[in-house]
Amino acid sequence: MNNLEVKLPGMTLSNPIIPASGCFGFGYEFSEYYDINILGSFVFKGTTLNSRYGNPNPRIAETYAGMLNSIGLQNPGVEEVINCELVKLKKVYHKKVIANIGGSTEKEYLESVKLISKCSQIGAIELNISCPNVKDGGIHFGLNKDIAASLVKAVKSVTNLPVYVKLSPNVTDIVEIAKAVESAGADAITLINTLIGMRIDIKTGKPVLANTYGGLSGPAIKPVALRMVHQVYRNVSIPIIGVGGIMNASDVIEMMYAGATAVQIGTANLIDPYACKSIIEDLPKLMKELKINKISDIIGGSHI
Amino acid sequence: MSEEYLIKSNQEIAYNVFQMTLIGDTSKIKNPGQFMNIKIDDNYENFLRRPISISSYKENEMTIIYKIFGTGTKKLSYKKSGDLIDILCPLGNGFTIKKNTRKSILIGGGVGVPPLLELAKQLKNNKMDFDVIIGFPSHRDVFLENEFKKFSESIVVCTIDGSYGEKGNVLEVIKNKQISFDYYYACGPEKMLHALVKEGYIGQLSFEERMGCGFGACMGCSHKTIQSYKRICKEGPVLESSEVYIDE
Repeated sequence: MNNLEVKLPGMTLSNPIIPASGCFGFGYEFSEYYDINILGSFVFKGTTLNSRYGNPNPRIAETYAGMLNSIGLQNPGVEEVINCELVKLKKVYHKKVIANIGGSTEKEYLESVKLISKCSQIGAIELNISCPNVKDGGIHFGLNKDIAASLVKAVKSVTNLPVYVKLSPNVTDIVEIAKAVESAGADAITLINTLIGMRIDIKTGKPVLANTYGGLSGPAIKPVALRMVHQVYRNVSIPIIGVGGIMNASDVIEMMYAGATAVQIGTANLIDPYACKSIIEDLPKLMKELKINKISDIIGGSHI
Repeated sequence: MSEEYLIKSNQEIAYNVFQMTLIGDTSKIKNPGQFMNIKIDDNYENFLRRPISISSYKENEMTIIYKIFGTGTKKLSYKKSGDLIDILCPLGNGFTIKKNTRKSILIGGGVGVPPLLELAKQLKNNKMDFDVIIGFPSHRDVFLENEFKKFSESIVVCTIDGSYGEKGNVLEVIKNKQISFDYYYACGPEKMLHALVKEGYIGQLSFEERMGCGFGACMGCSHKTIQSYKRICKEGPVLESSEVYIDE
């Protein structure tokens, strides 16, 4: 019996550790560092129907306990992902991968989802309705509950794969949107995408990011992520994948107590390519210390 | 889990410019111009690693030269001999030595100068003919002049304010002194690199970009080239002059 096993709709994970979209490329980049088959799964880089070059440089800014990015959904487009990136991935990764799909129109989302759903390597779709860096990158689908629900419904009708919906924290009421996507048929919710922020270079008086604003990630946002996962857990019954500032095994336990069934690791991978490997190795030791038998026992444990 | 290196020395060699020698595995370094990504410490104040080019290397020892620009490099300058430091290395492509050049030139600007030192060493080992021109803002900023002299008799140092060597930027001095070459290797500020490309010279240029990860995962340092986009950390930092795109 594997004490780290958790179940998400359509996928049983050997552990709850999932590298987050945009911080793990298409996976094979990390296989230079370790065998990525030890991961629960991973989410590949946000993909759109057509290729996107993203925003101008600089696209990265540093801040205390975190970073801002304004990449802007750079990706080679869904067909190239299928014909090239996933082929490369297949050589080094034998589990199911989660496909992060973005778009600017419903039609675009549906086309991409239809194409990617034909790939046997995909275990679930993560619907990205929360990229803060692209006006037409799907964010407007994530800010309004009715628009979000209508997109989820449409996507569900064109795929047999489970649909996880990645929500934006940049909203007034996260619970309202979570409930709406649940009603529309979402199989799980990923919480949270980055928080919108900025830095200013005091030597020039100008924003550091060429795009002015960017998405804040890293340990700085963990309390916000915990709070949102906690709030949403109380109000929906579908599983939540918790993401936001998780750096180590303790953070994983904390996020699962808040209500996450599995967790995504984002920024930690960028400063330490071995981050997920270390967390997976550290988890059993920490569980023993905390007298946790099965990790799935603690999901939402802070609510009792 | 990324590799720890032992600091052998860390000293100021020009105004706010430090040279750090590190002991550890260098067997994976393939080319001059590759870089490392340094974790300043475990404190989250300087959250991201700092990418710094390798200036020279040999078995189990490598040297970097960096300038204090902010709190991260400031903290790096406080590190002492005997300290351990967490480094991802080597990263990026580096320079490829071009065979069959009649005479090449190494062109460095400011903190872009360091990776050219190892290149000079390797060009000399390959018995290739080359000149060196390096530029700095002012006399107090000049470094590595004597080290380059070990590998080349022909080295020109220039300063913008004329306080040392030739007055002017590297490109002005190349033109004024009518230095001739059929190939170049350059590293320095983007303005300098773009100016070289615009002159129509053929060569390789090492670019700098703000990075998230340094190993190809985040797309933070994507740089537009004529054919496509390249990650400066992965398909770069060195680009061929023929692929450099200048947005104007």
